[in-house]
Amino acid sequence: NTGLVGGSVSVFDEIVISTQLMNSIISLDEISGTLVCQAGCVLASLEDYLSNHKLTIPVDLGAKGSCHIGGNVATNAGGVRLLRYGSLHGNVLGLEAVLANGEVVDCLSTLRKDNTGYDLKQLFIGSEGTLGIITAVSLNCPQKPEAVSVAFLGCESFQSVLDIFKESRQKLGEVLSAFEFMDSQTMTVAKENLKLRSPIEDYPFYVLIETSGSNGSHDEEKLSQFLEHVMGTGIVQDGTVATEPTKIQNIWSMRERIAEGLMHDGYCYKYDVSLPLQSFYGLVEAMRERMGTMVTRVIGYGHVGDGNLHLNLTSPEYSTEVMDKIEPFLYDWVANHKGSISAEHGLGFKKKNFIYHSKSKSAVRLMKDIKHTFDPNMILNPYKVLPDF
Amino acid sequence: MSGFRILVGCKRVIDYAVKVRVKPDKTGVVTEGVKHSMNPFDEIAVEEAVRMKEKKLASEIIAVSCGPQQCQETLRTALAMGVDRAIHVITEPKEYESMQPIHVSKILSKIATEEKADLVIVGKQAIDDDCNQTGQMTASLLDWPQATFASKIEKSNGDLSVMREIDGGLETIKVKVPAVLTSDLRLNEPRYATLPNIMKAKKKPLVTKKPSDYGVDITPRQEIVSVEDPPVRQAGQKVESVEELVTKLKEAGLV
Repeated sequence: NTGLVGGSVSVFDEIVISTQLMNSIISLDEISGTLVCQAGCVLASLEDYLSNHKLTIPVDLGAKGSCHIGGNVATNAGGVRLLRYGSLHGNVLGLEAVLANGEVVDCLSTLRKDNTGYDLKQLFIGSEGTLGIITAVSLNCPQKPEAVSVAFLGCESFQSVLDIFKESRQKLGEVLSAFEFMDSQTMTVAKENLKLRSPIEDYPFYVLIETSGSNGSHDEEKLSQFLEHVMGTGIVQDGTVATEPTKIQNIWSMRERIAEGLMHDGYCYKYDVSLPLQSFYGLVEAMRERMGTMVTRVIGYGHVGDGNLHLNLTSPEYSTEVMDKIEPFLYDWVANHKGSISAEHGLGFKKKNFIYHSKSKSAVRLMKDIKHTFDPNMILNPYKVLPDF
Repeated sequence: MSGFRILVGCKRVIDYAVKVRVKPDKTGVVTEGVKHSMNPFDEIAVEEAVRMKEKKLASEIIAVSCGPQQCQETLRTALAMGVDRAIHVITEPKEYESMQPIHVSKILSKIATEEKADLVIVGKQAIDDDCNQTGQMTASLLDWPQATFASKIEKSNGDLSVMREIDGGLETIKVKVPAVLTSDLRLNEPRYATLPNIMKAKKKPLVTKKPSDYGVDITPRQEIVSVEDPPVRQAGQKVESVEELVTKLKEAGLV
C-alpha cells in the first residue's frame, strides 16, 4: 500500500479489493510503444519488461518496487520524470474500468488520437477509485534513453536553484529529464538517518539534474558545457557528475530514500503542494519559524521543476498539538499563494476536507454531480476524496 | 624524504549495476553498448594513492589502463580523483577479450621499472573475472614484496605497515618499499570526482602506448571454450516434519 493520503485504507465498513493477481501484460506494440497490461502489474516489473524492448515507462517514483500501475493511474501519479514525459493524463491511451453497477467500461483504446466523444478515461485518471475500479491500462511508452547522466550540484540559496533551473532549461533543453532539489536539512536526514554519503561538501541547497537522450557523447558534451557555465557564473558552488549506473543509483538514492529516512525520526507529517516558484521555499521558512522546537525538523525537497514541493515535518511521536499548529495554517498559506494543497499525492482520506482551499465551490459541486452519476449508492471508495455530502 | 611515486592500475569493467547477459553464440558476455566503469577495487586503489599524496607520503601518482579506446574515460575519472598523469596501453577490442592478468602484470611491471615507481597499487581483483592475480604476478615479475587484501596502509619508519584481511581475521605485516599492494573493500571509501577537478583533469597528461612499446606479447595463452549462464536454481521443497526430511534425504541418496 503505497498511497500517502490514506486513499486505499479502509476506515469504516469497506471491503478492500486488491488487483495484485491481475498482473499480466496483455500486449506490446514495439513500433508505437503501446503497452497494454492489467492494473495489478508492479511498476518496476513493467519497467524491466519494457527495457528488454528498449522502451520505458513514462512515470517513475520511489515506490516503483511495490506500486501497481492501476493505482498510479487512479491517483494520476507524478514522479520524477513528469518534467520530461508529462503526466499520465497525456500518456494513458485507454483503460478498462468496472463501474459501481458491475458494468465493464471498455475504453482500452491503443490509439494515439481518438476524438470521438467525451474523453472518459480522463475522469478515471486521478479519481482515486471513486468513479470506478481500473482493471486494465493502455500506456504510451517512450524510447528507453541510451544515455543517462546525473549531476548533483551544491548552491548557496533557493534563488540559485531557480537560476540553475532556468539555465538547464535553456542549455540542456530536450535532454533534461529530471530536476529535483533538496535543502540542507534534507541532506542531514540522508546522512544521519540513512548513513548515506554526500558526493560533495555541505551547502544550503542541492540540485539533482538528470539528462537522458539517444546519443551519449552529444548529451555529455551539452552537460559538460552547461556545468562549466554554471560553475563559471558562480550560481553553482560545487558538484559532481556521473554516467556509470552504480554512481547514478547512489546519487538518486539520496533523493529517493528521503521518505524512508524521515521514518527514523518517529512520526512524519507529510505535505505535497504545488506553489508558484517565487513563493516556493517561503512555505518551508514560514513553517520552520512557526513550529520552532515543537518539531524535530522541517525539510523541503522535491520536483521543483514541476513547481511541486514536498514539505515534511517530524516529531518523535504523533502530537495533536503539533498537527493543530500545522493545519490549517499550512493549507491556508498555500491557498493564499494560489497553490494546490495536493500536487500529486491526491486527497484520499487525509486531505478531502481541504479541497476548497484549491478548488472553487462550483467545481466541487460539479464533481459531486459526476460522482452521483457514476456511483449513486456511494459504494466506490466511500469517505474519500470529496467532502461528505 | 621525498614522497613515493605510485603506479595505480585501473581496469575498465562492466558497471556493477548492469545486468550482465551472455552472448547468444556463448563466446562471452555482451559488452557492446553496455555501461562500463572503473573496477570498484581499483577506485579504492586510486583513492588510497590520492590520500597518500594529500598526506604528503606520495609525490606523484600515475594511472595505467590496458584495453580499447574507451579506457581513456576510465583514466579521466582517475585523473579527476587526483591522479597526476595517465598511461593508456591500447589494444584492439578483440585482443582485449583474451587479455589475461599475466599480460597486464608484465606491462605493469615494465612501466613500474621505466617510471621508477616506488609502489604499485591495484585492486585485489576485477569484478568481471574475479582473477585476483595481477597484483601478485606483478610483484613476482618485479621481485618486490607484496601486501595483498590491504584494509589499512600506514607508514612505519620508511617501510609500510599493512593490515590485511585474511580468512582468520586481520593480519598486520611490514613491507619494505618498493612494494606491490592490492586494495580490499574496507581500505577506504572512494571520493566522487567534483566538477572543478573533472575540468582540471581534461588538461592532465594522458599518453597512449602499445604493449609492444614495453616488449610485451599479448598473444592469448588461453582459449575460452564457452560462456554460459549458471543453471537455473531449482525450487526448494518444504517439509512438514523431521521424519519427512530424513525420508526425503534418504530417497535422494544423500544419507
